[in-house]
Amino acid sequence: MPKLISGAEIVFKALEDQKVEYIFGYPGGAVLPIYDELKNHKSVKHILARHEQGAGHAAEGYARSSGKPGVLLVTSGPGATNAVTALTDAYMDSVPLVCISGQVPTHLIGTDAFQECDTTGITRPCTKHNWLVKDVNDLSKILHLAFEVATTGRPGPVLVDIPKDIQFKKGKYKFFKNLLKKKLNGKIKNKLSNTELDKFINLIKKSSKPIFYTGGGVINSGPEASKYLRELISLTGFPITSTLQGLGAYPGDDPQFLGMLGMHGTYEANNAMHDCDLMINIGARFDDRITGKVDEFSPDSKKIHVDIDPSSIGKNIKVDLAIVSDVTELLKKLIKRFKEKNNNFLASNKQKTAKWWEQIDKWREKKSLNFINSEKIIKPQYAVQRLYELTKNKDTFITTEVGQHQMWAAQHYKFDKPNRWMTSGGLGTMGYGLPAAIGVQIANPGKLVVDIAGEASVLMTMQEMSTAVQYRLPIKIFILNNEYMGMVRQWQELLHEKNYSESYTAALPDFVKLAESYGCIGIRAKTPNELDAKIKEMIDIQKPVIFDCVVDKAENCFPMIPSGKPHNQMILGPEEEEEISDEGKILV
Amino acid sequence: MGNSKSAYSIPGKLGKTERHIIVIWVDNEAGVLARIAGLFSGRGYNIESLAVAEVDKKKHISRITIVTEGTPQVIEQIKLQLTKLVPVHKVADFKRNDKNILFRELALFKILANSKKQEKIKKICKKFNPIILDKSKKSFVIQVTALRAEIDKLTLDLKRLGLISTSRTGAVAMTKGAQIFN
Repeated sequence: MPKLISGAEIVFKALEDQKVEYIFGYPGGAVLPIYDELKNHKSVKHILARHEQGAGHAAEGYARSSGKPGVLLVTSGPGATNAVTALTDAYMDSVPLVCISGQVPTHLIGTDAFQECDTTGITRPCTKHNWLVKDVNDLSKILHLAFEVATTGRPGPVLVDIPKDIQFKKGKYKFFKNLLKKKLNGKIKNKLSNTELDKFINLIKKSSKPIFYTGGGVINSGPEASKYLRELISLTGFPITSTLQGLGAYPGDDPQFLGMLGMHGTYEANNAMHDCDLMINIGARFDDRITGKVDEFSPDSKKIHVDIDPSSIGKNIKVDLAIVSDVTELLKKLIKRFKEKNNNFLASNKQKTAKWWEQIDKWREKKSLNFINSEKIIKPQYAVQRLYELTKNKDTFITTEVGQHQMWAAQHYKFDKPNRWMTSGGLGTMGYGLPAAIGVQIANPGKLVVDIAGEASVLMTMQEMSTAVQYRLPIKIFILNNEYMGMVRQWQELLHEKNYSESYTAALPDFVKLAESYGCIGIRAKTPNELDAKIKEMIDIQKPVIFDCVVDKAENCFPMIPSGKPHNQMILGPEEEEEISDEGKILV
Repeated sequence: MGNSKSAYSIPGKLGKTERHIIVIWVDNEAGVLARIAGLFSGRGYNIESLAVAEVDKKKHISRITIVTEGTPQVIEQIKLQLTKLVPVHKVADFKRNDKNILFRELALFKILANSKKQEKIKKICKKFNPIILDKSKKSFVIQVTALRAEIDKLTLDLKRLGLISTSRTGAVAMTKGAQIFN
């Protein structure tokens, strides 16, 4: 007979067996037995957030920068509903999260008890799967299955709802492994066939205008995937562009890299996507911010799509060769097969793609990320560039909020390693970056972690500064402060006749004083010539910093694909703004 | 549409829709039907009818039959999305007009009618395996099994003859011959 232990203890046994080091959470009535048990399990450290959403994003930041699942512990009712934004965010961006929530005692479920809500009902559409535990003897199996579901296939969030009486009840504990054996996510465990690989290689050999389009799937597949990707790109000599989530899988300053694609991607990347004859999508999902107008998306290309999630294939764009696979596995086998027969491909194929590269260089000459700098006022792009130049020699981790600053960060900060860039892409959650930075710093002690933020976004989860101070996490909150919800303001300027409806924040806090009141350091930069020194000062401070970078209020984020236009009709800068047609306003 | 200022793309041309029957084998556990139905509503798919019951008592497997309509691309998505759900074991799909598939719906009709009228009604229902389940002087309850369109028509015909209550199931389906769905 195995020893009987309480549900709360089973939770920690499972966490220990899953090698969980950190949990992010917030206590409350319905999880008190689990919190009570915390003291007996020294290997699991709890990070107390100030709001469950903050705990959730911190767990996401932890997961994305470490490759391990993030664990979240919240109470019933409002604890669970506050976590919903983070769960949905993780669902959209494929981040492995395990959320454990307390629930009212079993006999009170359905009676509208205090702090009761239908947690599994509410979180059903924003998790890969969730469970309401009704028997303490099911608990260990469910918890291990939860970790497995979260981390296998296309990763994502799961939730385990544990009523308070189950946390007290005694039951058996067992470590379960490989519960999903036959069912990987999508439950198709594809063995890559040589026929598939040969088709892939043939398409590569036939193409004279190829492009690689890679995404978050490369990052999620682990650091090895980035290594193989770099090898494949150098073997083929092909150009490569990346989605927002894929940045860092391939070095941002490499000549074969065309920059990010999509609505605010570079001119060369988007034009190459439009004009190519072969598009090789590895671990991206043809998101609507990438494709623009679907009917006119890359009309003359053959398309290869590699994705671990079968339902991503053919969802938005029809492809010619679909391969359901983990990226690492695919790349490893593809490279091996490719090398066997195509020893001298790079040299022999150079001629074939020479014209294509010439064309790409012409597009590059447009220098689409250029902006008109100023000596009086800090341009936000300039601020990101300076931040990049002054931090690029360190192993720096960047998180962002959502909006203009996020796009500027993606455009001007050049990543050269995976897992260094944490941003909310799918859900677009303002308030993501600050708590995410907390999680990143916990997973990467001693590293420089910077949240490139907007002043509107960062106020949504500003309370988490208190968490950073409590755990001595020297995160840097680099706010590009233009007093506007910048992206909202930009669209209002371009599409709504400059009716800046509710996008200006009057009565912003003094961020320097705010920093001081949290017990961290506040720095303000107002002019371009003081910027470098202040950034250096920020980097040198071993405490959390809020950096109030006062930037041009009217700056817009370019280039952009205007509404209703295909990839080859971008607006490059303010002088072209007038060209947006009425019809075009739809797409933005 | 021309002047809309939405942040999203203009809808493309809609493909031709076709009616499909989706059969899903699931673990019969709490909330499983909500997961299936929620997937359909959340992603904007349509459920025309739904039938569900446990078919394997030992393994607790339920078989769900859903009639839906969509473009080939949407039908493909429905299958792939369903397959991703943890409690789903397998998904089968076929076109409504597939000749190798049998369909049946069951309907109960309560009709106010004297015995003379009752004979007439039985005649109308003859083709659809009628069974009288309850009978009184003034009323009776008749069960039929038929295709959806046939039951629709029957309902209209019986309205004139005193139909006061109708209860119908969703369609269930099975392949002809020796093979089974895979």
